[in-house]
Amino acid sequence: MAVPLRRPQQEERDMISEDDVRYVARLARLHIEQDEAARMTGELAKILAHVDKMSELAIADVPPTAHVLDVVNVTREDKERPSLPREEALHNAPAVSDDCFRVPRMG
Amino acid sequence: MTTLDPLRLTARDAKRLLVDGEISAAELTKVYLDQIAAVEPKVRAYILVTSDNAAKYSTKVDREMQAMRGPLAGLPIAVKDNMVTEGVTTTCASRILHNYQPVYTATAVRQVWEDHVVMLGKTNLDEFAMGSSTENSSCQVTANPWDLSTVPGGSSGGSAAAVAAGEALWALGSDTGGSIRQPASLCGIVGMKPTYGAVSRYGLIAFASSLDQIGPLTRSVYDCALLLQHLVGRDPRDATSVELPEPVALPSAERLDGLRMGVPSEYLAVGIEPGVRARFDETLARVEELGATCVEISLPHTEYALPAYYIIAPAEASANLARFDGVRYGYRCADPVDLTDLYERTRGEGFGPEVKRRIMIGTYALSAGYYDAYYGRAQKVRTLVRRDFEAAFAEVDLIASPTSPTVAFKAGSRTDDPLAMYMSDVCTIPANLAGLPAISIPCGLSDGLPVGLQLIGPAFSENRMLEAAHALEGAIGFDTAPPFADPRPRPEAEGWNPGGITYRPEDAQS
Repeated sequence: MAVPLRRPQQEERDMISEDDVRYVARLARLHIEQDEAARMTGELAKILAHVDKMSELAIADVPPTAHVLDVVNVTREDKERPSLPREEALHNAPAVSDDCFRVPRMG
Repeated sequence: MTTLDPLRLTARDAKRLLVDGEISAAELTKVYLDQIAAVEPKVRAYILVTSDNAAKYSTKVDREMQAMRGPLAGLPIAVKDNMVTEGVTTTCASRILHNYQPVYTATAVRQVWEDHVVMLGKTNLDEFAMGSSTENSSCQVTANPWDLSTVPGGSSGGSAAAVAAGEALWALGSDTGGSIRQPASLCGIVGMKPTYGAVSRYGLIAFASSLDQIGPLTRSVYDCALLLQHLVGRDPRDATSVELPEPVALPSAERLDGLRMGVPSEYLAVGIEPGVRARFDETLARVEELGATCVEISLPHTEYALPAYYIIAPAEASANLARFDGVRYGYRCADPVDLTDLYERTRGEGFGPEVKRRIMIGTYALSAGYYDAYYGRAQKVRTLVRRDFEAAFAEVDLIASPTSPTVAFKAGSRTDDPLAMYMSDVCTIPANLAGLPAISIPCGLSDGLPVGLQLIGPAFSENRMLEAAHALEGAIGFDTAPPFADPRPRPEAEGWNPGGITYRPEDAQS
């Protein structure tokens, strides 16, 4: 399946196309089947239309909330402590060689 | 030994029986393991029951009772399977983590383990806690013990169903948009989401980090406070965790004199079922009988909370779930031709439809050219939702609403319509966006199914909320024993299925 490498040009922002869906799936490193892309296009369009309700609000001057609590720059003591032992870190790996995670070659 | 009814026994009473020597921890644990054996084929609340280990550990608690005498020692608990447990498989109900053996334990779980609670097993959930019915689990479908043809709610549906069905004394859940409160409501039990930061998120497999919070699911408000006491605290491993300004107190209030209860008109305009509305109105009458005043308030940005949530939560999820790539743990696709193929097919085959949908929405909302229109805007809406609450709490002490607009719905009835499913959380999402504590308690039945009352409070008002919930609980007098109605054969989940009762000897509690 040909995956678009650039975001397709859009007439209207709200109309997500099947090419958009394939493009976003590529960004997310998520393989989706042909029929999945078609179904997802409809579902995402519906969800985004709902979400677009937010554009009714005039909020240019409202500051964004990234975090609800009044805490900033929490730091810990800069002190050495043991890290996870190598064998434990590799314990769940699907493939290991030479004490490293093994993966196939880059494409 | 006293005959115990696991459908009604509270942790408070179980603890008294243990302390008085009327039952042993091993006997108490056996009550739950027997109930699991009896009803789990119908309810399917657990992904993994650690029965041998629970039996062994409870015997150890009895043997070493002197050393292990703690406030929670010997009280059996169920844990949602998105909290990592060292040596005990943790799946998040996802194929991508089907074989994951954590090498560490979540702080909240470790804290109750250190208090010598007995872990009964890991409970079912919507995959990665994304859903409102537990039907998105790739392991199994959990039934609501009040009517087995309905859902238990979600995403902590396994924990809620386990408690409601008497398969656990109490349970841990997590709440990102209502995932403790909504299933508690649908299953007729108590569920609480503490103030954001009150409980460490370390070891809670992250869904939306700015919203996720661990909390208790219990059979009473007193139990909820008792368990919460042992969950809270600042954890150096979670930089967003904070110390509560005052310790969690065990509630005893029977009256609400002087309390000002806000009732937001916007929450009653979101398609609340007549039966739910009727129980809610009756409960407000009780609130006034107990000496409180009900005040109509406005939270004007309520209708924008759900749209903001469905950008913020998927955006954070798309980043958090990037770590599942088939390299360090979990599922890996067969015969990848190169690294990109490995990533794409591992994730395509490992994630279920709802998780994919949210990764897609999140990636789209964060992608170049769309960030301001979606994520930036949603974060501003979040500010407006917080301001609504700040203004309201200048007038009232607590806010009351139905927890869920409906009672438990039929399995399969919303699975084809993601938006209809999302609407299940319309009353619970705003508290997550604002980081506020909120509790759901049962307030009656509608057509034989439980209705939940939600109380929302200002940040760190856990004690006020628990006292009020306790007084109301006493006045309502809800019977937590479900009838297991409409038993019928349940369809088997298709494809991969590690569910049902399994135990591996290597599974160890600690």
